[in-house]
Amino acid sequence: MNRGTLSEELGRARAGQRKTVNALMLGLCVVMTLLAVAPLLWILIYVIHKGGSEITWTFFTNLPTPVGIPGGGIVNALVGSAETVGLGLVVSAPVAVLAAFYAASHPDSGLGLALRFATDVLSGVPSIVMGIFAYTLIVLPMRRFSAFSGGIVLGFIMLPTIIRTTEEMLRLVPNSLREGSLALGAAEWRTSLSVLLPAAANGVLTGVMLAIARGAGEAAPMLFTAFGNPFFSTALNQPIATLPLTIYSYAISPYSDWKAKAWGAALVLIMLVLVLNAAARGLVWWRARRLGGQLR
Amino acid sequence: MNRESAPETAHRPPSEGKTLFRAWRHGDLVSDILVRLSSIGVVVLVGSIGYELWTHSAESRLAFGLRFLVTAQWDPALKQVFGALPFIQGTLVTSLVALVIALPMGLGTAIFLAEMAPAWLRQPVGFLVEMLAAVPSVVYGVWGLFAFIPSFVFPLALGLRDSLGFLPVFAGPVFGPSRLAASLVLAIMILPTIAAVSRDVFSAIPQAQREAALALGATHWEMISQVLVPYGLSGFLGAAVLALGRALGETMAVTMVIGNTLDLSPSLLHPGYTMASLIANEFTEATGNLYLSALIEIGLVLFFITLILNFLARLLVWRVSRRAAGEVRV
Amino acid sequence: MNDGAVARRTNEEALTEARYGALFTEGNALTMGDTKIAVQGLNVFYGKFRAVGDIAINIPDHRITAIIGPSGCGKSTLLRALNRMTDLVPGARTEGRVLLDGKDILAPGVDVVEIRRRIGMVFQRANPFPKSIFDNVAYGPRLYGTRGSQLEEVVERSLRSAALWEEVKDKLRHSALALSGGQQQRVCIARAIAVEPQVILMDEPASALDPIATLRIEELMRQLVSQYTIVVVTHNMQQAARVSDLTGMMMMRPDRTGELIEFGVTAQMFTRPKDKRTEDYITGRFG
Repeated sequence: MNRGTLSEELGRARAGQRKTVNALMLGLCVVMTLLAVAPLLWILIYVIHKGGSEITWTFFTNLPTPVGIPGGGIVNALVGSAETVGLGLVVSAPVAVLAAFYAASHPDSGLGLALRFATDVLSGVPSIVMGIFAYTLIVLPMRRFSAFSGGIVLGFIMLPTIIRTTEEMLRLVPNSLREGSLALGAAEWRTSLSVLLPAAANGVLTGVMLAIARGAGEAAPMLFTAFGNPFFSTALNQPIATLPLTIYSYAISPYSDWKAKAWGAALVLIMLVLVLNAAARGLVWWRARRLGGQLR
Repeated sequence: MNRESAPETAHRPPSEGKTLFRAWRHGDLVSDILVRLSSIGVVVLVGSIGYELWTHSAESRLAFGLRFLVTAQWDPALKQVFGALPFIQGTLVTSLVALVIALPMGLGTAIFLAEMAPAWLRQPVGFLVEMLAAVPSVVYGVWGLFAFIPSFVFPLALGLRDSLGFLPVFAGPVFGPSRLAASLVLAIMILPTIAAVSRDVFSAIPQAQREAALALGATHWEMISQVLVPYGLSGFLGAAVLALGRALGETMAVTMVIGNTLDLSPSLLHPGYTMASLIANEFTEATGNLYLSALIEIGLVLFFITLILNFLARLLVWRVSRRAAGEVRV
Repeated sequence: MNDGAVARRTNEEALTEARYGALFTEGNALTMGDTKIAVQGLNVFYGKFRAVGDIAINIPDHRITAIIGPSGCGKSTLLRALNRMTDLVPGARTEGRVLLDGKDILAPGVDVVEIRRRIGMVFQRANPFPKSIFDNVAYGPRLYGTRGSQLEEVVERSLRSAALWEEVKDKLRHSALALSGGQQQRVCIARAIAVEPQVILMDEPASALDPIATLRIEELMRQLVSQYTIVVVTHNMQQAARVSDLTGMMMMRPDRTGELIEFGVTAQMFTRPKDKRTEDYITGRFG
């Protein structure tokens, strides 16, 4: 029996070494994963620890107070965030959904490809550059910082998120459902609408939630659009406070009670963002399970 | 005997959505116009960004030309000379160091999630990694400034200075906010990107490759490192490029931990400045058109760099799916 | 029994007589040689589902054993259990014993990596790595530390054994993916041979290939059997009849568990099968 040059001894000698390397490297991957997740836990623990004490009813209902005067709150920032994000949604969600429909239905057309490319580009543009864009486009002509410009820039930033999620949801619709509806006669478009709309609605909802989470957390583009406002304001043509802006200005201030407020506001923001993301993910998972059931 | 005639659903059109929507459109022409307009609008938006940045940086571009990119002076007060070099350097250094740290960690995490973790562990851990990506930049900044730097980065910097301080890269004096702090925070922020994209790349590799390697008597790690990683290499590179693009544009976290000081020394332990943090810091204080236009030009440079990187990243990731589909090119 | 079946049987008898000569008597099943792999009471479960039940066969050394049967009857599962590739399926469980030269490979603590070196596998679809031909064949030996001129020798020897050397000797550094389907499959065979296994498992190795490439693979199998033990799963009965020394017939029970209903010398199985189901399958009444 010709066994050639690969001696059993050679194989056996290296076998132990190979096993060790295997265990070591795989163990290293586990360590890397732990190291990757650790900062998240650190941040959460820290924000809760430092910001928890700030969370009182007055925190949510009061306006900011001057340094040294207790009882300040962030109601103006909360309202401001809601307003700017809301404006951004109103502007971007309809456009995003329609564009996603187009992308899902004409993936190979010139416009479809351009759209896909544009969405990619948009999602990669740093938000501060978006801020400059909104500044030149809106703030300069208006000659003032405003809630309006803040809302618009958030809308631009949220656009690719909603487009992408809606499009993915549309493509998740099983082909059997689509073909089934196509097999019908005259009322084709209406039936197909009734098939696609639920799927789209799910995608839009997910996209909107993720977009809100993204938009609510943006500070950089708001620095020179919404600008921030220590007073309460909802006027569209006036500067407005937002949660991230407040966090930023309080955190870099030299006053310890303002820094404490920054932690409180950070806790509110991070909770909002994490809950929205988790809910969006849950929605996707739930939807995938329902569709999976239908595929039988 | 079967006399039924089956409905005509045999051949599926290349994009069945097309037929679907052709039918849909017959019902509603107005919707069609709206859909097209929206799509065109999005494309136009991207062009407008470039356009606005270009036109509003005109004054600076005309004054300095291409020298802007290589001038190391930034003097708004006295001489009104502006040069982007220190900020380009600061951006590149912090982002590249962040990438060097995040790449192995992200890959390791992806390997764990894609090739090692049992099914029940995959979802929760994957969720945690994604939540890392969801944390707003400003929260990273606050945590970085008040927790991460004092507890971790500062002691680390001291240690580096003490042990490796002869290297210019770790030369003292040691500051709190520093390029090192920014690089570390950036690494944490871009790691989810690398992990998520790499995980997708692993999923795209056909099972047959794994079986072939294992059937030859390879260990788990040998299969991963010698078969899977080379197979998906362009995808992993794409993940790295994508992450780099994110790092370059990060603003709030960086501006809160980097110190925002024009410092030309090569030391990581010193404070620094990036393009994004410069804009964040000085935009609202900019006096005079030249100053503002210089800042906008920096925004333009940032725009172009991220544009190119994003394009490159998509291209690289796309190559892996082509290979999995059976393209011949190695 | 219709006329066609009678005619077919006579042809097959002649064929096998020519091939096996002295072996073509029932009692000579024992001259098939020493048992290389003894399977005893093998059951493979995917979760709660039993894919393969109560398999007991002795696979002889230096022979080609074929496993045939209709699709879904568990042939591939049985094959994969032999080199523990079933372990890769989450939720899979194997019971029973598989003895390689008398040692149970399913025992706890056994080195699976080493087993897979000794029992190699060729898959239904050729799955070369996206590397050069050389690097594909050299992959296994490299793991074991083979280098330099020794490595080149191993690669050449393996490619010769796989009847591919002459065709690729001038383009060893070219990508394996640039080869035709049949050539890629032979690269995979060379790759499997390069680690010097004792057994080669083949899971429908020619089903994705054209007839000419298929015949070349079958010729290759007959050449390889002098050095290795070969177990081949095939849905092609004619192939099993042409190529194998022993054949096992598998079928699906009503509860969808696969079982071995007959196992014996190929010549005998195809001319005078003991089980009516085997006869039905072979004469094409179903499946």
